[in-house]
Amino acid sequence: MTIEQPKIFAFSPDNLIQMRKIISKYPAGRQASAVIPLLDLAQRQCGNWLPRAAMDAVASMLEMPPVRVYEVASFYTMFNLKPVGKYLIQVCTTTPCWLRGSEMIVQTCKEKLGIGMGETTDDGLFTLAEVECLGACANAPVVQINDDLYEDLTPESMAAILDALREGKKPSVGSQTGRRGSCAQGGPTTLKDRVNAHA
Amino acid sequence: MLDDKDRIFTNIYGFDGPDLASARRRGVWADTAGIIRKGGAWIIDEVKNSGLRGRGGAGFSTGMKWSFMPKPSGLPHYLLVNADESEPGTCKDRDILRYDPHRLLEGALVAAFAIGAHTVYIYVRGEFYHEALVLQRAIDEAYANGLLGKNAARSGWDCDVYLHRGAGAYVCGEETALMESLEGKKGQPRNKPPFPANAGLYSCPTTVNNVETIASVPEILRRGAAWFSRFGRPKNTGTKLFCISGHVNQPCNVEEAMSIPLRELIEKHAGGVRGGWDNLLAVIPGGSSTPVLPWDICGTVLMDFDALREVHSSFGTGGVIVMDRSTDIIYAIARISAFYKHESCGQCTPCREGIPWLARMMARMVEGNATVEEIDMMLDITKEIEGHTICAFADGAVWPIQGLIRHFKPQMIKRIEEYRKKAKAA
Repeated sequence: MTIEQPKIFAFSPDNLIQMRKIISKYPAGRQASAVIPLLDLAQRQCGNWLPRAAMDAVASMLEMPPVRVYEVASFYTMFNLKPVGKYLIQVCTTTPCWLRGSEMIVQTCKEKLGIGMGETTDDGLFTLAEVECLGACANAPVVQINDDLYEDLTPESMAAILDALREGKKPSVGSQTGRRGSCAQGGPTTLKDRVNAHA
Repeated sequence: MLDDKDRIFTNIYGFDGPDLASARRRGVWADTAGIIRKGGAWIIDEVKNSGLRGRGGAGFSTGMKWSFMPKPSGLPHYLLVNADESEPGTCKDRDILRYDPHRLLEGALVAAFAIGAHTVYIYVRGEFYHEALVLQRAIDEAYANGLLGKNAARSGWDCDVYLHRGAGAYVCGEETALMESLEGKKGQPRNKPPFPANAGLYSCPTTVNNVETIASVPEILRRGAAWFSRFGRPKNTGTKLFCISGHVNQPCNVEEAMSIPLRELIEKHAGGVRGGWDNLLAVIPGGSSTPVLPWDICGTVLMDFDALREVHSSFGTGGVIVMDRSTDIIYAIARISAFYKHESCGQCTPCREGIPWLARMMARMVEGNATVEEIDMMLDITKEIEGHTICAFADGAVWPIQGLIRHFKPQMIKRIEEYRKKAKAA
C-alpha cells in the first residue's frame, strides 16, 4: 500500500511555542537534542503519525540533515511512519504479560475488531499492534492505547474497553480490577497505616 | 521483614499525593541544604560507605561511580537519570516517577552537587506519558518553591533539572545509548573508553544513574550510611524495590531488605506461587536478561548480587518473574529471545545477526523441530556472541538461553523427541 504523503506541514502556533520551550532545555548549538520531543509534537499534530513533510519541517527547524531525522524517526518504535487508527491498540506480549494471559487479550482484540496484527479497521478507528514490555509487569497483562495504559486485563475488561472506545466513551485507565498502582490486590503487605490514613 | 519505619519509598503505592506538600510530610526535601553543606567529598564517602549499588541492573558502587568524575575544569558536568525502564519484569521506577517524584528530584540535586553538575536530564521512556506529566508537574513545583534552579533549596548550588522523553527503544537504557539518544541520534551505544565520566553527554563529564538509585540517596544521607548498610549482607546492603510478576497470587511491587530469601519475598508479599510453592517451576530473578532458576534453587537462594551470581544468575533490577508448572518454559525463554531480537540496535554484527538467529532457533525449539545437537550448537553461539559486542545488550540477550540449557535441557530434548515421534507417525 502506498501512503498518501501530505505535501506540506507547518507547526501550529501552540506547538511553535512548545517547541521553543523544548529547544531551550538544551545548550546552545545542541538543538538536535530536541529531535525526539519535536517529532512527538509533530506526530500528535498529524493525528498520530509522521508524514515526510513533518520530519522535514523538524529537520529544518533544528538545522539537521533530513536523513538524520528520518533515521531517528525510524529507529524509535513510538513514531508511526504510516497512518494508524484513531486508537492504536498496543498489546504487550512479552513474557511477564504472556504468563498472565496476553494471548487471550490478543485474541479478544482480533475477534472484537475483526483485524489481525498490524491492521486497521475499515472505519479507521482501531489499529492493532503487538509491542514489547511496557514496564508495568506487576499489573500484567497490559495494553497501551494511545497515551494510556490499561492494566490487570481480562478478555472481558478488554472487550469492554474496546466497546467503550467505539461508542466514543473514555474508559477508565490503569488497573481494571481497581487496585492502586502495583499494590497487591488484597491490600498491601507493607505500609498498611498509609492506606488507612488515606482511606 | 523490613519495618515500615526503615522504608525509603513510603508512597510506592500512591496512597498519598505526589505533590510537594505531601512529599514534605513524608520527609522529602527535609534540610536538603544541610546535606549539601557537608560537602561533596562527605556525600560521596557516605554513599560509598552505605554500600549502595546501582539499582538499574549492573550493581556498580554508586559512590565509586561518582568519585570517577573529574575535578572542575571549565567543561560542564552532567547528571543523567536513567528512567528508561524497559527490562521485562521491571516496573519499579514507574512508581517512583508517578507517586514520589520529589524524592527523585531531591536526590537529583544532591547527586548533581556531589559530582559537580549544574544540569540534570531525566530520560523517561516515551511510553510513560502520564508518569512524565506527573514528573514535569513536580519539577515545575520545585522551581516555583526555590528547590531547583538558582541556589537550589538554599544550598548555594545552582541546579537545573530537565525532563526528556524517549520514544521507544529498550537499548536507550544502556548509558551511552541514552547519551546518543539525548543528543538527538539513534540510540546506539558508544565504545568505551572514553568512559562517560570523562567524555559523556556532549563530550562532557557525565554520570548516569538509575531512578531508584538517585531517589534513595537523600534518605541514606539523612539517616546515615550505617543505617542503610544494616540491611542485607555485606557488599549487598540496603533496601530495594522488588517487582514480582507472573504466576503469583498477588503480583506487586514492594520494598524489602536486600538478601531476603526469594521464597520469603514471594510468599510474604506476592501471596505465594499460584497453586502453592511446590507448583513452582522456575523464577527469572532480576529482569528478563537474568538466567532462569529452577525450583530447587529458588527454595534457598537469597535475593542479592553475590547469592545470585553464585547460582549463575544475576540480581539485575530486582524484577522477579515467577513461573508455575503450567508454563512452557521453552516458550517463556523464546519470547525473551524475540524481545531482544526486536530491540537490538543493529550496530554490532554478533548481536544484529546472532540474536535473530538464536530467536529463530528458539522458535524451533518451542516446537521441537530441531536436533539434539543443535542445543549445544546454540550454547556455542551464545558464547560467541557474549562479550563480543560494544555493549552488554547482547550478553543480556544470550544469558536467558544459557540459563534454559543449564537447567532445562532434558525438557528441550523431550520436546524434540516428541516432535520426531509425531512427524514419524504422520
